[in-house]
Amino acid sequence: MDVGFVITQSLTQAIGVIAIIYCLAAVGLNVQFGYAGLLNFGQVAFAAVGAYMVGVLVATPWLKGDPGYPLWLAVILAIAGAVVLALILGIPTLRLRADYLAIVTIATSELLRLVVRSIAFRDVLGGANGINGKIGDGFHEYNPFPANFDVPFFTFNRQDLWVVVVGWSLVALFSVLVWLLVRSPWGRVIKGIREDETAVVSLGKNVFVYKMQALVIGGVIGAFAGIVWAVAKQSVQPDSFVPDVTFFTYTILLLGGAARIFGPIVGAVIFWFLLAGVGETLGQMIQAGWIDFLRPTDVGPIRFIIVGLGLMMLMIFRPQGIFGDKRELALDAR
Amino acid sequence: MPADPSTTLAPGARAAQAVLASVPQQPGAPKPDPMLVADDVRRAFGGLVAVDVAHLEVQRGAITALIGPNGAGKTTLFNLLTGFDTPDSGRWTFNGQQVSGLAPYRMARKGVVRTFQLTKALSRMTVLDNMRLGARGQSGERLLPAFFQFAWSGQERTVTARAMELLDRFNLAAKADDFAGSLSGGQRKLLEMARALMCEPELIMLDEPMAGVNPALTQSLLGHIKGIRESGTTVVFVEHDMDMVHDISDWVVVMAQGQVIAEGPPSAVMRDRVVIDAYLGSHHDRALTATGEGLTKDGSGGQA
Repeated sequence: MDVGFVITQSLTQAIGVIAIIYCLAAVGLNVQFGYAGLLNFGQVAFAAVGAYMVGVLVATPWLKGDPGYPLWLAVILAIAGAVVLALILGIPTLRLRADYLAIVTIATSELLRLVVRSIAFRDVLGGANGINGKIGDGFHEYNPFPANFDVPFFTFNRQDLWVVVVGWSLVALFSVLVWLLVRSPWGRVIKGIREDETAVVSLGKNVFVYKMQALVIGGVIGAFAGIVWAVAKQSVQPDSFVPDVTFFTYTILLLGGAARIFGPIVGAVIFWFLLAGVGETLGQMIQAGWIDFLRPTDVGPIRFIIVGLGLMMLMIFRPQGIFGDKRELALDAR
Repeated sequence: MPADPSTTLAPGARAAQAVLASVPQQPGAPKPDPMLVADDVRRAFGGLVAVDVAHLEVQRGAITALIGPNGAGKTTLFNLLTGFDTPDSGRWTFNGQQVSGLAPYRMARKGVVRTFQLTKALSRMTVLDNMRLGARGQSGERLLPAFFQFAWSGQERTVTARAMELLDRFNLAAKADDFAGSLSGGQRKLLEMARALMCEPELIMLDEPMAGVNPALTQSLLGHIKGIRESGTTVVFVEHDMDMVHDISDWVVVMAQGQVIAEGPPSAVMRDRVVIDAYLGSHHDRALTATGEGLTKDGSGGQA
């Protein structure tokens, strides 16, 4: 069994492209759920909008013909798309009780996936095959790194290295922006809304507008998860955007600690470290013949079982997450 | 119970009671300087008419108590007047301005701020943050200025100073940095009242400010409510406890089965036969039986 390989794989995944994608989704969800208390169960829909907007605008001839729109313009339009989605979700539901938003968002995210993969739109959106190639060219052509990155414990190819550097910069940028917001009086209002909306209304705040702002901000950050996804993988697949993505995002947020700036970051790193670590360890043990009742194909599901058990333990023994404050949980009963 | 309190009355109370002395003691009586005037306010829940108030005026600068048995519609009337519930019909004005149908946050901005029967302390925020949330017109509460600390830090200091002043007055200054969820029930009532005052209301509506407060704290709460009037804010409050109503109110409005059945100064109202019957049941002078919980005559049920 190659311990060095396991460690390298786990650490690389912990700060890799997938971790960044989930981290961005979780930073956005943290604004909505962590600070404003909005039960958005469709964060993946924002990622899908980001990815598909960029994919369609850059890599399909649908709107503009062969060289599509430049990536920067596509990113701006993708942000606008996320804003529109947030408004569509929020306008009918944010005046209602919190659970309505949960139902509408999860339904919308599935609806969106089924529409984009449908045969009806195959010419534009690529149906079940999605959109492939060219999406990230406008990004990768600026790659300053001359070669692959291969040091002890970390190994990235040249393309991924560029994505990882820019991706974590985006995470840092959004985290700073969120931090600036939540320490301000604006942040105080949305935290108040999380605690008790009616009380905040009685103090003369237009709660609907604040909730909408939180939904839009979190959605736009979530769209960047999809943009990074499309650019890094040079492809957009409809079935990447299943509700599981939203659930993993919640897991990451609760693991790191909701309503904490570093919660989503630490949560994403630990989650993907564990998932990769358990998977690679099992794979190596099977290969070495230490485990004979499993086949290599079993590793995928079993690592989720093991990590899931670990997360249950965490929720039992440290329910506030890694960065959370236990005193806050004790106060939850109102 | 001070039967003749004229020697100990604060100036605000003396003024309010002097003005109200000439007001006829009947339901819907016109006041010399009404701040809030409501007409034909009606709200039914299915077949149950919770509120059906023909006319009601609230005198500026006075403490008006709204009393009545359980299910009389006091809280529902509160909810209606503050925009938290929508009436089937009716209109009301505040400072002469039509305000019926306004969203609750707009009512608060007009200067009508309410508290709740079940206190709404924002548990996982500090006491000080609860207070600061109450301040009106904060530029840092708008999304774009929020990013730039210099755009709101000056105002934040002013707001914090005012919050600490109020916390001091309400004996909560020592708790400023604790989570509001760690306060006792009585302290939460105080906090909610102080937070409402952060809005600088012209009219503060307190829904059962004494519910669940231990007797030791009751006196200080009463003092605070009187203090609110002395600082020029009009107070309307819902209460059950007759002693307390007698002690602090300048004017009492009695509701039963959704209607205003009597009005007057506390001592007069409490001698009123109609009120005694409504409040205690017309058989209140007989011995209590197993079924005679007695306080509701109508039994229309539910805390309205």
